[in-house]
Amino acid sequence: MSKTSRTSITMPSTAKKGSIIEIRAIAQHDMESGFRYTESGKLIPRDIIHVFTCSYNNVEIFKADFFSGIGANPLIIFTTIATETGTLEFKWVGDDGYEAINQARITVS
Amino acid sequence: MKQQIYRFFLASCFLLIADSSTLAASALPTQQKQSSYELMSPENRVMQDDPSLNPAMFWVSEGESLWNVKSGEKRVACSSCHGDAKKSMRGVATQFPKVIQGKLQTLEGQINQCRVARQGAPVLPYENKELLSLTVFVANQSKGMTISIKETATNKADLEKGRRWFNERMGQLNLSCAQCHEDRAGLKLGGSSIPQGHPNAYPIYRLEWQTLGSLQRRLRNCMSGVRAQQFEYGSPEMAQLELFLMWRANGLPIETPGVRP
Repeated sequence: MSKTSRTSITMPSTAKKGSIIEIRAIAQHDMESGFRYTESGKLIPRDIIHVFTCSYNNVEIFKADFFSGIGANPLIIFTTIATETGTLEFKWVGDDGYEAINQARITVS
Repeated sequence: MKQQIYRFFLASCFLLIADSSTLAASALPTQQKQSSYELMSPENRVMQDDPSLNPAMFWVSEGESLWNVKSGEKRVACSSCHGDAKKSMRGVATQFPKVIQGKLQTLEGQINQCRVARQGAPVLPYENKELLSLTVFVANQSKGMTISIKETATNKADLEKGRRWFNERMGQLNLSCAQCHEDRAGLKLGGSSIPQGHPNAYPIYRLEWQTLGSLQRRLRNCMSGVRAQQFEYGSPEMAQLELFLMWRANGLPIETPGVRP
């Protein structure tokens, strides 16, 4: 896996204050479990995303730990309450120095 | 008595198999053709239909970037000649494989041909990430358009060979494509429904593979399933089989990028 990869965020760009918004975050990643072998019998080293975090105006609102059992290109769907206008930052950190960051703006009225 | 019944049953089973294998595969009327999309669970259908859930969209975006990257010794991009893919590549995937300058080319083969001749770049092997990305990006431009392969004087011989590969028994299990995907389509193999086997969503994101894969990878799966010697990636036999399958799927809309279980 490369040091970073494509990610995609789907969430509303506007919301009413206090409403519940759905956020979908997907990252392109092989999520190599570390339990597989090559045809010649060599163990393929583990290469997965460990941690996914979401911060809302620099406050962490959601965090998930990933393990070997998670499939490739992991998709996370979660909700939060639209409290204020600002930026949500999404970060995926994994093996071998992997890191991917994505951002999305939301206007709360 | 019991034995007799059993014998009769066995004999009729053999008759059934012998009978069905003599039927030459012919294309179904369009309204009876069924994309294997119809056999999927509602969850998997949503996954294919919603771009924010379809993992193959990563490959489509990658293909879109590659389309505009100058590469090879000649430093030309796909877009240098073909311009905007949304216009120039619209409908292209509905007509491949296609005989070009006397050779039957698959979409992947044509992309490679362009790379070598126009860009001065090396051939990309099948299942290579770049090749899959370019192929899925090009095929995605035909999404919703119907497959339209016409039998012509130039592709007739290849189409006939493809028909033969589809109907010929192969491997230790001694099965042909047609025996499952034509005669027993809609029935069950193990717990799974047997699809009609139309190549209308390729390259597909197959959940079993955990990645995007080409039609040829899928065909090789089936060949190893019946314990047969697999056709090589990029071989003329593969192209002929692809051509026949596309011709057989005439009238079905392209779904690329498809999601399959």
